[in-house]
This record gives sequence, structure tokens and C-alpha cells, in this order.
Amino acid sequence: MVDAWVVVLIALLYFCLLFGIAGWASYRAQQGKSLIANPYVYALSLAVYCTAWTFYGSIGRAANAGLHFLPIYLGPTLMMLGAGIWLRKIIRICKSYKITSIADFLASRYDKSVLVGSIASLIALVGGVPYIALQLKAIFTSFNTITGLQFSLNAPFWSDGAFYITLILVLFTALFGARHLNNLERHEGMVATIAFESVVKLVAFLIGAVYICYVIFPNISSIFGQSLLQQKLAQLWVIQPTSYADWFWLTLLSAAAIICLPRQFHIAVVENVDEAHIEKAAWLFPLYLFLINLFVFPVAIAGKIHFAASVNPDLYLLQFPINAHQPIISLIVFIGGLSAATGMVIVATVALSTMFSNQLIMPLLLRIPKVQFAQKGNLTGMILLIRRLGILIILLCGYAYFKLIGERYALVAIGLIAFAAVAQFMPALIGALFWKNGTKKGALAGLIGGFLMWLYTLFLPSLAESEIISPRFLQEGLFGWAWLKPYALFGFDDWNSLSHSLFWSFFVNVGLFVGVSSITKQSKVEQRQARAFVDILKSDVLQTNALVSGKVDFEDVQNLLVRFLGRKKSAMLLEGKKEAYQQSYAQNAVIAQNELLRFAENQLSGVIGSASARLMTLSVTKDSGMDMEELFLAANETRQMMQANKALAAHTHTLAELTQSLTETNQRLQDLDRLKNEFVSTVTHELRTPLTAIRALSEILHRHKDISESQKQEFIGLIAQESERLSRLINDVLDLEKLESGKMHLRLETLDINEVIRAAVQSVQSLISAKEIHFVHFSAPNLPAISGDFDRLVQVLVNLLSNAIKFCPEEKGEIQVKVRKLRGNLEIVVWDNGIGIPVKEQKAVFDKFHQVSDAQRGKPTGSGLGLSIAKQIVVTHGGSIRVRSKTGKGTSFAVILPIKS
Amino acid sequence: MSFRILIVDDEPAISISLRFLMEKQGYLVETAANGQEALHKAEHFHPHVVLLDLMMPELNGIAVCQVLRTNSPSPKIVFLSAKGRAEDIEKGKSAGADAYLVKPFAIDDVLAQVELLLEATETP
Repeated sequence: MVDAWVVVLIALLYFCLLFGIAGWASYRAQQGKSLIANPYVYALSLAVYCTAWTFYGSIGRAANAGLHFLPIYLGPTLMMLGAGIWLRKIIRICKSYKITSIADFLASRYDKSVLVGSIASLIALVGGVPYIALQLKAIFTSFNTITGLQFSLNAPFWSDGAFYITLILVLFTALFGARHLNNLERHEGMVATIAFESVVKLVAFLIGAVYICYVIFPNISSIFGQSLLQQKLAQLWVIQPTSYADWFWLTLLSAAAIICLPRQFHIAVVENVDEAHIEKAAWLFPLYLFLINLFVFPVAIAGKIHFAASVNPDLYLLQFPINAHQPIISLIVFIGGLSAATGMVIVATVALSTMFSNQLIMPLLLRIPKVQFAQKGNLTGMILLIRRLGILIILLCGYAYFKLIGERYALVAIGLIAFAAVAQFMPALIGALFWKNGTKKGALAGLIGGFLMWLYTLFLPSLAESEIISPRFLQEGLFGWAWLKPYALFGFDDWNSLSHSLFWSFFVNVGLFVGVSSITKQSKVEQRQARAFVDILKSDVLQTNALVSGKVDFEDVQNLLVRFLGRKKSAMLLEGKKEAYQQSYAQNAVIAQNELLRFAENQLSGVIGSASARLMTLSVTKDSGMDMEELFLAANETRQMMQANKALAAHTHTLAELTQSLTETNQRLQDLDRLKNEFVSTVTHELRTPLTAIRALSEILHRHKDISESQKQEFIGLIAQESERLSRLINDVLDLEKLESGKMHLRLETLDINEVIRAAVQSVQSLISAKEIHFVHFSAPNLPAISGDFDRLVQVLVNLLSNAIKFCPEEKGEIQVKVRKLRGNLEIVVWDNGIGIPVKEQKAVFDKFHQVSDAQRGKPTGSGLGLSIAKQIVVTHGGSIRVRSKTGKGTSFAVILPIKS
Repeated sequence: MSFRILIVDDEPAISISLRFLMEKQGYLVETAANGQEALHKAEHFHPHVVLLDLMMPELNGIAVCQVLRTNSPSPKIVFLSAKGRAEDIEKGKSAGADAYLVKPFAIDDVLAQVELLLEATETP
């Protein structure tokens, strides 16, 4: 035994040391001399995987189940073999999108959905709190053992040492895990401490184990020799055929845990300094696991030989030196256990509180209109407060759970239950990395379904076994239905409860994820995220966050960042940005705006989570009525291809083929008359022109890797623009071909012409507002219905309106649309006060590829087919179209449509 | 002194890419967006090589080529055209062009063609 005050003093000194290390590492980081930027610290910090559960629990598990403790370490070891792929992918995705937790990761991939993020966070919290409780329990039990005191769990909290340790942990975590807002969510001080604790627990474990194996016993072979003499102990060496399934499921579970546990995700991904560190960590971390497990089996057997059955096998490592009156070794082991427990608690709490604040509280505050949170001034203090409150709440919940259930359950069981909860992330996570077709609804269904199965087959039974809830449903099944027995669903009871639960929860989870994904659709945001996530290693990251069509003011973005990140931090981030923005804005406004928003969204993501960040950045854009998503999707497709250099050749080839097939198709028409011949020649020219630019620019990008980023962006922008022009042209040509050859079938319905006009106006509304055009729509009362194709007639009006907008003067523009009845017809007039069309050109405006050339406006932007198509549509409806115009005074187009008879 | 190249094309994207390529080679580059501007620039810039788009509104490539031919010293002229039939090429050559490249061209072909023509020119 060791006196309690000595133990408390040593523990306090140890905590002081931790504070010192954390403080020093933070200080070094500020000086720019990071302590943690090397692969060894990274590998050691990954060893936060080994908690008190490893330190004490593996021995307990080995003593009860023999070699069955191994799969928990086998899974991570196997996973690390492939870390170069999956971990690199996750890290790169998270760095690109400033993702700060596994819940945020899933939310970001699945449609930036707040719901996905909050459900994942809830699962993480439900799984995480018992795990924290388990660490507190280990500290509590080891303290009782080393002091020989018998503190009761039922003691009030103020007389309970574990409570004060919890408070110290709150203090430490709040200090080094939530000191200031950091958009990267990296904590140098904490990581240094965790790496240090990993060394402490390993050394302490080895000292304790070597002492047992070589001082108390002569050597390991004598321990093993003795074990073989006893029938019961010899059993521990055997892997029973019946437990193969358990081995499989346990290995799978621990493989999942290495990335799904919030703290592992946090330390392996969020705190990663350099993805090159993965390489060394891929063998260093398994080596660590090997070392810390090396003596587990001998010590377990030694304990079995040496102690009576009443001694808790979890505590063999501590019990040996205590019984041998070796206070120094006892204290070393105790500190090792303490370090294993605190390390886990600190990282887990930071990870969980980040989720708590970013995925649960922030979305709530930002969405409740009454709170008006988004409109308030500087929010950095508020966010920090939420983080710290989160830390306090999570640790207190851990403490409460420990008080409630701690006595009744073995360390290892609580740990496995927590593992199984977070393992439910696995299908959606793997989907995010390797499967582009997973949808938000699929991920939600999988997560919820798997979680409910876990709840029913593992968590509730654990409460029932501790008699916190009625255990009746365990024996009889829910509602007395035997096939609903939580340990034997549908009568399936061949495996132990954990394997059974994993089987069912994974079955439901994967089934729902894949099934629902295959019958639901992805939104455009999600399509882009899916591609960006899966192809993250293939090309430079395709940044696709914001994409809006409205106007963005630099000042608004700046204010937004200031509110969430504070004045100093945002000033640092935005240094020099304004000039760069104005420059690129002059080159290409759309790209520049989206760059800026993307930048802001990324910075905010770290602080409030990706879903909320998107919401906030969208809030600063003015008027995003027009759907630019479609346009950008097309542009991005091309961009992606250009960057993946190989696909480029194929793309150009396809376009060339398209040109060729178009030429061939039109060859037949060419024979018919000279007019058609001319048409083809012009189409070919029109196709080749953008194709030339695309080919030249992409060859340049392919050839010149050293090209500057801004120039690269300019070129990619041009490629996107030219590709867009190409596809528009092809669509128009095909439309026209269909109309002229009579293959276009109108979907006739009875229409209110004003409905058509309203639909058309709506789709150009943003252009009208952007140019501040005064727009009026007059309609004679009680107009009769007409028979027509709604979409096609909208197309005609959109074309006329777009032309009108194009030629209207800035600010003083006026457009009027007038509808009236005219001798058995309806007449729709679209009038503008623009530059007008010279009389000699008026006849030609409906000709194919006729474009009004105007020196001041430079190249016309349309395909030159819009009015031809409009005319054809009107003619197909049995109507006519004509133009009247006076140079400098304006233009009016009149469409005549027959009234339905 | 470097060689001087005049790029004439009414498509900004094409001018931009050609300008980048030529500047990478170390040439001095001017661009013009139409025939009038091309003639105007050529007067002051005295290009060694003119990369000339054939199809331009108003003053087209053929006309520009014919005028440039009367300059002394006359620049080398490379037509860049989306028209690739044999008679188109013949028409271009007979207007006095030194070379004729069909769009979409490979950047290597343009570079090689320009280099070839410059070899025949005296030092800048």
C-alpha cells in the first residue's frame, strides 16, 4: 500500500508536468518551432488508442478469454497497412475543406447536411460518454487499489477523488483544447502532452510487466510452463473454433474504431501536421501496439497462477508490486494507468466538444430566427464559451455515467459497447471515400438504422444487465415476442452478444445505406462533394464549396469572418486578399466571387462546421435567383478533366468526334441545297473555334506545370467558358435541326399566356435586377387561353427578354411586355429602349448565325441561333414573329399566336 | 532584342493562349482583335511573324495578308483557320501566306512552324 496523500501528491505533480509540457509546446508553436511536427510524435499521439482499457483491461481480458484480447490490436495494425490510401485521402479532404471532426466529415460529404452532422454527433456522444466514464472508473479503481482505501461509488461527489480529477481534466481540456478559436482546430500543446503520455504509459507498463515476469517470476517461460500444467490455464492458449466469428467481428470492429472513434479521427486527421507522417506512423504505431501487448498474456497468466479468483484481473499489473511492497513500482504503474486514462479523456473531450458546438449547438443557434444569432456582433467569445461548456457537460456526463453504472460493468465491456456505437460511421465513411453514389438519405438511413440496432441489441441490454432498466425483455423479447430477444434476433444466437449485435447493426446499416442511396438522388452540391471526396488523390483538390450566382461584396465577407474569427485573426487571413480579389474580379467576376466565398466558407468551417459555414456564406450573397449550379456543374466537369491530364485527351477526342458526327449528319443535308451547306460550314467553324481554345489551353496546362496559380485559374476559367459555349451551341444546333425537320413534337396543353410570361421573366429576373432595368408587364383583361407547349414558349420569351436585356443601356434600361387580343390571335410584344437594330439588318436577325456586331460590345456571346430557334418554335405553333426597330430608340419583337379554337 | 510576333484573332481565349505560348518562347508579342487593328499595329511593331485568323468580321484575314505583303520588310504570315478543306488552304497560300494551320491546332505545330519561319529570317 501507498499512503493516499503520497499518491495524490504524485498525481498532482504529474498533472503539473502535463500543464508544463502543454504550455511549453504551445509557446514553441507560437515561436514557429513546433515540437510536434515530426512523424514520431504523430505515431505516439495515435497511441491515444491505448487507453486505461488497454493498460488494465487487456490483462483482464486475456485472463478471462486468453488470446481473445488480440483482435482489438490486430484490427488497427491491419488498417495501418493501408493508411497510405485511406488515411491520406481523409486527411487531404479534411485539410481542403477545413473539416474538424468525423461528424463534420460525414455532413460535408452528404449534402453539407446539418442533420447528418447532428445525428453523427449524437451517436459519437452516446458512444463517447461511457468510454470517458470507463477511464474515470479505471482511475478510481486503481486509486482504491494502490491506497488500499475503499472509497465507495455511492459517496457524495464532493468527497470523491474521481470528481476532482474530472475537474482537473475540465480545466486542462478547456485550457489546451479550447484556448482560442482556431480555424484549423489544431492544438500543439495537447498533442505534445498526448505523445508524452503515450511514452509514460508504455514505459510504465513495461516496467510493471518486466518486474512481474523477471523479478517475481524467474522468467516468461517458467510462467508459460506453469500454465500448461493447469488444465484451466492451458485452455487460455486455445482458440476455440466457435470463436472464429468473434475474432472476425472483433478485428473488424477495432479496425473501424481506429478511424471512427472521434478521438482517433481528431488526432489522426485534424491534428495531423503533414500527411507525409503517415508513412512512418504506418509501422511505428503498430510497433507501439506490439510493445504494449507483448507482456499482456504472460502477466495475465502470472496473475491467474499467483492470485485467488477474487482479485480483479484488470488490476493484476498494479496488484503484484503492491503485494510485494514495492511502492515505487506501484506508483509508476499507477501513473501509467493515469496517463492512459487522462490522455484518452482529454482528446475525446476536445473531439466531442467540437462536435457538440459545431454540429449541434451552432446549427441550432443559427437557425432559430428568434435568437438572431447570426446577426449579432462578434461571436468568437460566444463560440469559445459554447466549446468550454461542451467540455464541462461532456466530462460531467462521463462522471455521472461512471457513478451510475461504473461498478457493475467490466472495463472491457463498456469499451466494446462504445466501439460498436461509433463503428456505425464505417459504411458512410467508406462510402464517402470510395463510392460516389451514396446519398444523404442513404447515409442518414444507414446511420440511424445501425444505431437503433446497436441500441437495441447492445446498449439497452447492458443497462438491463446492470438492472438500471427492467431485464425482462432480455429473456422474453420485446412485448414478449421471442424473436425480438436482443441477444438472439430472429432466433439467431450462435454468436456472443457483441458479434451478434455487430452483425445485425452492420447488416441494417449497410443495407439501408446502399439500398436507400440507390433509390434516392443526390443534390448538385452533393454530386460535387461525392466526386471531390472520391477523387481527392487524383487531381488537385477541386474546390467546389460555395458557387452562387448573386453579387458578393468583399466587405460583407470580411464582416462575416470578423464576427466568427475575431478581428485579429481575420485581418491576418485577409491580408492582401482585397487587392487580389479586385484584380481577379476584373478578369472574371464569377470565378473571383466564388473563390472568395469558398475561402470564407473554408475558414468558417473549422469554427462552426461545414453545414453552418455554407449557410453563413450564402447569407452574404445578394440575390441568387438564377440557378448557376447547372452551369457550374458543366464547367466543373470540364475543369476536372483538364486537371486530370489523361482524361483530357479523351475529352478533346470526344468533342472532335462529336464535331465529326455532326458534320457527317449534316453531309446529307448538304447534298440537298447550298443553304444547308453553308450552315454546316458555319457550324463547323463555330465548333472549332472554342475547341481550338480548349485544346490549346489544356495542352498548355498539361505542358507547363510551373504556371502561376492565377494564370492557371484564368486558363481553367476560359476552358470552362469555352466548353460551356460549345455545349450551348450543340444544344441549339440540335434543337434547330429538330424544329426544321419537323421532328420536334410539341407537348400541347391549354395555356394562360401570362403564366408563360411570368415563368420566362422569373428565369431572367436576376439579369434584370443586376442591370437595374425598369421592367413592366401589361396584359389586357380576360385573355382567352391558347394551345401550346409551355416549355418551348418560355424558351421563346426568355430569348427575346435576354436580347432585350443585353442591348438595354446600363441603369436607364426599360423593358415592357404587352399582351393583347388581335383578330383571333394573341399578340405578345417585347419592347426595349436599347440601341436598336439598323433597318438593313432587321430582316437578317432571324437568320442562323446572324449576330449583331458592335465594336463597343466586342464578340457577341450567344450562339447566333437563339432567334432562329424562337422563330421556328413560333412557326411550329402556327404563329409568326416580326421585329420593329429604330437605331438608338429601341426594338420591339411581336409574337403572334393563334387563339385555341 | 527578341523576335516580334503579332497575333491576330477575334477570339480572346485563342489570343490569350497563343500569347502565353509565344512569350514562353521569349518572343515579344502584340495582339490585335480585328483586321484594322492588325494593320495599325503592324505599322509600328514591325513583326517578324504574324499569326493571322482567317475568318474575321469586316476586314478578313485574306485582305490583311495582302496588305501586309506590300510592307517592307514583309513579315512571315501564318494563317490559322477553322476551314480545313484543300481549296481553303490553296486560297490562303495564294493570298501570300507562308504557312496555313487548321484549327484546332496542336501547340507544338504552331511553335514548330513559327520557329521554322524565324530560322529563315535574319537575326532580330
